[in-house]
Amino acid sequence: MSDAGRTVLEVDGLRKYYPIRSGLLQRESGRVRAVESVSFSIDRGETLALVGESGCGKTTVARCILRALVPTAGAIRFSPEQGRTIDLAPLPRRALRPLRRHIQMIFQDPYASLNPRMMVGDIIAEPLLVNGMGAAARQARVQELLELVGLPRSARTRFPHAFSGGQRQRIGIARALALDPTLVIADEPVSALDVSVQAQIINLLLDLQDRLGLSMLFVAHDLAVVRHVADRVAVMYVGRIVEVAETVSLYTRPRHPYTEALLAVVPKADPALRAAATPPRGEVADPANPPPGCAFHPRCPHAIDRCRGEVPELRRIDGGNWAACHRAVELSLAGVA
Amino acid sequence: MPDTLIAPRPGTTPDTAPRAAAKRVLSVRDMAVEFPLHQGSVRALDGVSLDLHAGRVLGVVGESGCGKSVTARAILGILDRPGRIVGGSVNLDPGTAEQQDLAALDPNGGVMRDIRGSRIGLIFQEPMTAFSVHYTVGNQIIEGIRAHGNVSKTEARKRAIELLREVGIPRPEMRIDAYPFQLSGGLRQRVGIAMALACEPDILIADEPTTALDVTTQAQILDLLRRLQRDKGIALMLITHDIGVIAQMADDVSVMYLGKVVEFASVEQLFNAPRHPYTRALLRSVPDIRAVPRQRLATIGGAVPHPGVRPSGCAFHPRCPEVIEGRCHNEAPPPVPPDQDGASCFRMELAEELVS
Repeated sequence: MSDAGRTVLEVDGLRKYYPIRSGLLQRESGRVRAVESVSFSIDRGETLALVGESGCGKTTVARCILRALVPTAGAIRFSPEQGRTIDLAPLPRRALRPLRRHIQMIFQDPYASLNPRMMVGDIIAEPLLVNGMGAAARQARVQELLELVGLPRSARTRFPHAFSGGQRQRIGIARALALDPTLVIADEPVSALDVSVQAQIINLLLDLQDRLGLSMLFVAHDLAVVRHVADRVAVMYVGRIVEVAETVSLYTRPRHPYTEALLAVVPKADPALRAAATPPRGEVADPANPPPGCAFHPRCPHAIDRCRGEVPELRRIDGGNWAACHRAVELSLAGVA
Repeated sequence: MPDTLIAPRPGTTPDTAPRAAAKRVLSVRDMAVEFPLHQGSVRALDGVSLDLHAGRVLGVVGESGCGKSVTARAILGILDRPGRIVGGSVNLDPGTAEQQDLAALDPNGGVMRDIRGSRIGLIFQEPMTAFSVHYTVGNQIIEGIRAHGNVSKTEARKRAIELLREVGIPRPEMRIDAYPFQLSGGLRQRVGIAMALACEPDILIADEPTTALDVTTQAQILDLLRRLQRDKGIALMLITHDIGVIAQMADDVSVMYLGKVVEFASVEQLFNAPRHPYTRALLRSVPDIRAVPRQRLATIGGAVPHPGVRPSGCAFHPRCPEVIEGRCHNEAPPPVPPDQDGASCFRMELAEELVS
């Protein structure tokens, strides 16, 4: 925490384990290490994307920051205002309550995340009401928010079912922004949407970043979407961050073989770029039973003996990327232009 | 196809047989499907025509509600109730003595049941829904093999293990006795493909086969599908919303919008010179893995309308940046001929007039 004024969130050594119980007495027989020592920070006005395949732990990290889950270990230092930093990890429920308004969430499924029996105006106003805002002020703020996300004023008195998926996602965004949060966590906010609508929401998020200086944790699996919205990207694999870098640097000059593999297998929207590369063999490792050493080694074309025995530390490689790979310096990996 | 391991990968082989030279195995003409509902009938498909060719991949792409899945289900006679085919034909082996119109057959009859499986295989998005949770994967593949041929149980089991090996499942003689829930998503989709191939169909319909999968697994499954399709000369109809998957896999592409094919073209033509304003807008709105930081995307205004409230004239006209006032609102543009590149748009005619 060198520059406390700029940092909004600093996650430090976060771990989240789930016990595996078995037998008559339900004794703990093992642990699923969903998140294994994750550290990163987000600056004010910055968007950090957390990417990876299913089971890599990205959503668990997001849920720990929201304190929907209790972390097993580690610190989650959050600055709601400049000069005030609180570790959310050990806080009890009661102490968390006044802080919740500062961290808001945008959900994946715009069909499941809005109460179908509430009018849109009430959905957006609910967080305002909970935080004690008066009726007139609420109405004005709802109007302002509708405008901000590009919905007509008339939306206020209608129900969610009257809206398309893209418009519902706008409603969800308006609600998330109602209390001027310090940090927004967006969990796959565009992956349930059609391409043409997805483009509208991506543009809206970019506009909001510009206009409001949002600080955002953007959890996603789609590397093309991430390239448009993120300032920095952290790639997760089996509970750990394997690479983190400025967006352009990560895509053009990846330093971890897993990042290279992810970039290679994304189906490019250009028939001239048909994948000649071999997709990585095997499947994502089971976090209940991760391979020893680097968890990616069984699938890695560059693995050496050391990778099978020793977990690589996340370290800074020349060029600015941080990578957790024993061979990061010597390997020359391919990115996308 | 002796050794699948050294089989060529997509994109590195000489091109597949040209469309004109390839054998047409299935031909859909002017298909219309309706769902009679309380509020009135919803026309889910409105005059869809397409051809499947041996050894070629037809990509069918469109946003939700465009009718791409309904097209697949109508071909196979497995439309969800109360949907029914109200017009058009689905000719198997068109132009031969064996030609038969599947749309005229009883969808639950023996003939149609035999065609499903032995002539046309189906691969679903989430293979878990295609399987019963109560039976091992082996049981289900063996049942499929035996339903379509006079094969002994031991023989069928041997064949099932072979199939599982062919689709790249490690230790198939053990996995054959696994239940679907014991397998990962990627392995389940491999089993789904094995099952679709069990009776050696010459046509495969894959409906969003990789949408539920992670990107590295998706690459493996697409690789497998392409290899099997090439090796066996299968006509593959690949339905997806993912423009990237289309670019990587298809030889030809039908773009659908609100129950119609609005453009048909070879994959190179479609991506290099899209003709329909919808195709053009769709391609521009795809996020680009090579984008510059904070790059905005081109968007299409509005959203896909509900098929129950289809706009008049050309259904795309309310969202179309190139709409011709006084024409597109009133008149539907002529449909795309299924055997040559083209788009269903009045702008096409104007462009042709300009050329001639």
